[in-house]
Amino acid sequence: MSLGSPAVDVHTADAQSLFHYVLRLGDLSLVLGQRLGEWVGHSPALEEDLGVANIALDLIGQARLLLTYAGEVEGRGRDEDKLAYLREQGAYFNAILAEQPNGDFGQTIVRQVLIDAFQLELYERMTNSLDERLAAIAAKSVKEIRYHLRYSSGWLVRLGDGTEESHARVQSALELLWPYTVELFAEDDLDRLMADSGIAPRLLEVHDAWVRRIAAILTEATLQLPQDRPHAWHGKRGQHSEHLGYILAEMQYLQRAYPDARW
Amino acid sequence: MSTVLPDVDERVALVWNALCAVPDPEIPAVNIVELGLIRFVKTRADGILQVGLSPTYVGCPATEVIRGSVTEALKAADIGDFEVTQVLSPAWTSDWISAEGRRKLHAYGIVPPERTVSNMRDVLRANRPVACPRCDSVDTETLSQFGSTPCKALHRCRACLEPFEYFKCI
Repeated sequence: MSLGSPAVDVHTADAQSLFHYVLRLGDLSLVLGQRLGEWVGHSPALEEDLGVANIALDLIGQARLLLTYAGEVEGRGRDEDKLAYLREQGAYFNAILAEQPNGDFGQTIVRQVLIDAFQLELYERMTNSLDERLAAIAAKSVKEIRYHLRYSSGWLVRLGDGTEESHARVQSALELLWPYTVELFAEDDLDRLMADSGIAPRLLEVHDAWVRRIAAILTEATLQLPQDRPHAWHGKRGQHSEHLGYILAEMQYLQRAYPDARW
Repeated sequence: MSTVLPDVDERVALVWNALCAVPDPEIPAVNIVELGLIRFVKTRADGILQVGLSPTYVGCPATEVIRGSVTEALKAADIGDFEVTQVLSPAWTSDWISAEGRRKLHAYGIVPPERTVSNMRDVLRANRPVACPRCDSVDTETLSQFGSTPCKALHRCRACLEPFEYFKCI
């Protein structure tokens, strides 16, 4: 199966940078998808089991497209499976919000709203990417992400505007997770290079749209928007929290124990 | 070992016939052509037939099964060398389900999708009521936005009390 060659101008964005950037996108989807999968069989109700599992499946689907592309850009023969199963923690480039523990269902929903809205604003803009492959992946994914956000924001409104207990729980989950959102929008040299090359949108622009969207959801959910605080997270550069290692240990176990095992 | 291949137009027609015989693995009442999954069937200059296949949802496990079934069907149809290509862009939309496909979905008990409107921004707003495929009542409710497959939501009719599935518009 071939999806065409990368359409990137290698003079402005070198292959190594593009590889690294595509991994940031793909790893966010993969790690969050793996996290959500932990709910399967444990959700508060069968409908939520289905909902969360379906979102996880879409996220893994995004990750497959993105890691496959990353492997082609890198040009060293690594496919989606090699990249997913055989990279060490320090070679994962997801923002660390994705790897934070599920907590209770409310905390999972808060994390999901924050990331769904980020992905929605990012990928809607990336449909105009000069990199045709990323534009196609974005156009495909954004349709599904709208359903993810409808699900997660629907639950956040129900829990925030629910009982005293549910309100207090999601507000405290919001306070807990909010600091990690800063990393999503912290533009570094790589983000700047991708935006300058017309491959990715400006993170500042994504952030403005994201804040407006989140603020509207929180208002409906009767929740307070937390304050931004300085952060020192660098998952996008491979420096992770203590949680990622456990996720990878579970996800990679089979391929590490039985190299090249197939279904 | 020489086989005489049919002419080009006839080969393309045979391919379409073969594809029409491939059911969706999750919703066997409809075939993959009716679901609008085939982007093109064309013959390359070197005579190799190319079939363009759209995935419905990026993570849908049925996509792999469909690709396998297409390959099997084309081998069985004996149309010579072929290649199955995944087409991501333009992204598959439920608007591509044919009229016949929609009719068959409904008869199978799955409400066919509404037409997508204005770039699907409406998805983020509230649901419009979906009529029950059994009793046509619009007094229905959404049980889950995600059903037994990525493409379907689970609803319930308050009139006849039966649950039913809705093929989401995407």
